[in-house]
Amino acid sequence: MISLKTIENTAAVLMKKAAVEIPNDYLSGLKAMAKVEDGDLSSFVLQAMLENYEVAKEDSRAMCGDTGCPRWYIKMGNESSIEGGPVALESALRRATASATSSIPLRPNRVHPLWRTDHDNNVGIGAPEIEYGFEPEGDWIDLITVHKGGLFGTDYRMLFPSDGIQGIKRFFLDSLVSFGKRGLACQPAIIGIGIGGSKDSCMVLGKRAACLRVVGDKNPDPKIAELEEEFKELGNSIGMGAMGFVGKSMVIDCNIEVGYCHTGGMQMSVHAFCLSSRRAVARIYDTGDVEYRTDPNWFTAYQRRETVEW
Amino acid sequence: MVSQKTLTKIQLNTCPTADELAELNIGDVVYLNGLVYTARESVYTGVLDGDLEIPSEFNISEGANFHCSPAANQHEDGSFSLGAVSATASFRFSKWIGRWLEKTKSKIVIGKGGMSTNDYAKHFVPNKTIYLTTVGYGTGALLGRGVKKVKSLYWKKELGLAQAMWVLEVKNFGPFLVECDIKGNSLFEREHKKISLKIDKIYEGTRPAILKRLGETDDRKDELI
Repeated sequence: MISLKTIENTAAVLMKKAAVEIPNDYLSGLKAMAKVEDGDLSSFVLQAMLENYEVAKEDSRAMCGDTGCPRWYIKMGNESSIEGGPVALESALRRATASATSSIPLRPNRVHPLWRTDHDNNVGIGAPEIEYGFEPEGDWIDLITVHKGGLFGTDYRMLFPSDGIQGIKRFFLDSLVSFGKRGLACQPAIIGIGIGGSKDSCMVLGKRAACLRVVGDKNPDPKIAELEEEFKELGNSIGMGAMGFVGKSMVIDCNIEVGYCHTGGMQMSVHAFCLSSRRAVARIYDTGDVEYRTDPNWFTAYQRRETVEW
Repeated sequence: MVSQKTLTKIQLNTCPTADELAELNIGDVVYLNGLVYTARESVYTGVLDGDLEIPSEFNISEGANFHCSPAANQHEDGSFSLGAVSATASFRFSKWIGRWLEKTKSKIVIGKGGMSTNDYAKHFVPNKTIYLTTVGYGTGALLGRGVKKVKSLYWKKELGLAQAMWVLEVKNFGPFLVECDIKGNSLFEREHKKISLKIDKIYEGTRPAILKRLGETDDRKDELI
């Protein structure tokens, strides 16, 4: 039985890690880009960001003033059990989100969409989002927090089989060009692409591809992995860099996830996970042991299964 | 590391002289000293169309208008903790900025992504105001370091922490880039024009989507704000 107290304490640590520490995979990717960026303004921006990560860590303050919208992904091993059950788990995550907002501090971003009511704690109707996944074995749960930032860089379009790969490529470019102007997507970003599913699951797949896969990760389908590489190169060849200045730093990495869709359609979504790619992960075991990491490792073979039975 | 042209770095008071402003060029790197106040949707509507009065103890013309909500908190004893500060996208404030500058006479607007050259020509140039963009976005921790003190917080109860007006004392607060100079030139537009020259090439071989959207443009050279 995993104790509620361990969950709440771990969640509090994760909230801070996500806000303050840039994950190593993203940092390595950005350093590699900074080495080859030859646009003077774009290069200045990358250097300033690298310095900013250092300062955030030294001062233990959030990397970015827009600390995003905290959300939770919970992965449960099939043999795990939680003290108080799922309702207690959700309360613990909401408490951790609220208390971290004032203690770190985070920006209280979450408001009522119509009345703009702000509880000053990032908690409200449907906030933080809590999503679930399961794994066939294990007496552990993974807590993953993502503080996704930005109002820009995301789009959805219903394409059709006859649009083909060229149509996918065009929508990918359109998304980068439109949100890359003036740097509204806070690029260079991890670009997540969802293809297929239905409108809602397509958006979910793309967002998870951006936020729950790390830089350097490849889709296990070799043809999709090739597309990921091709799209990354394509995005970095537009001629646009950080903040929409002349340069080549748009895409730190491109991750594509697919889901089976209606036979007549080919849904596509594009998501940008920004220069402050805030994610932090911990696995809590039944024994009470806690292991921290930055790779959510969400997309296991089980999550991508195609078969009826497992 | 690829060799770079060095950008000009300048320290500037938030209440600068006309001469100091005239010397700035788009693309210069600026660090600010003085007073910065946050004002976005709710402050603009509250002051310009509602019943909020700019507090008289604060000479707003000496402050820079920052399109921002800080990651900050006020404790029960009234003290503050302020971590990171970053800008929010400014193009959304176009409908208020003219009247705001007229009323406050602020000489510096700081934000994300700039505003349109039309806004600059209509509202910034006549008031001799420049626009500085944050870098990144955002170098929130670096900017947080530049905040020496929260001087005051207005309308927390009415507007909430994120939309309230924070008045901040800043020192070596930056970096920012000059996006709009005193003549209304725009750094983003200059860069956008350069990138647009080659944009068609990257699209070669792709096709427009079979199902169109109403109002869709296929010209990537268009500005979107």
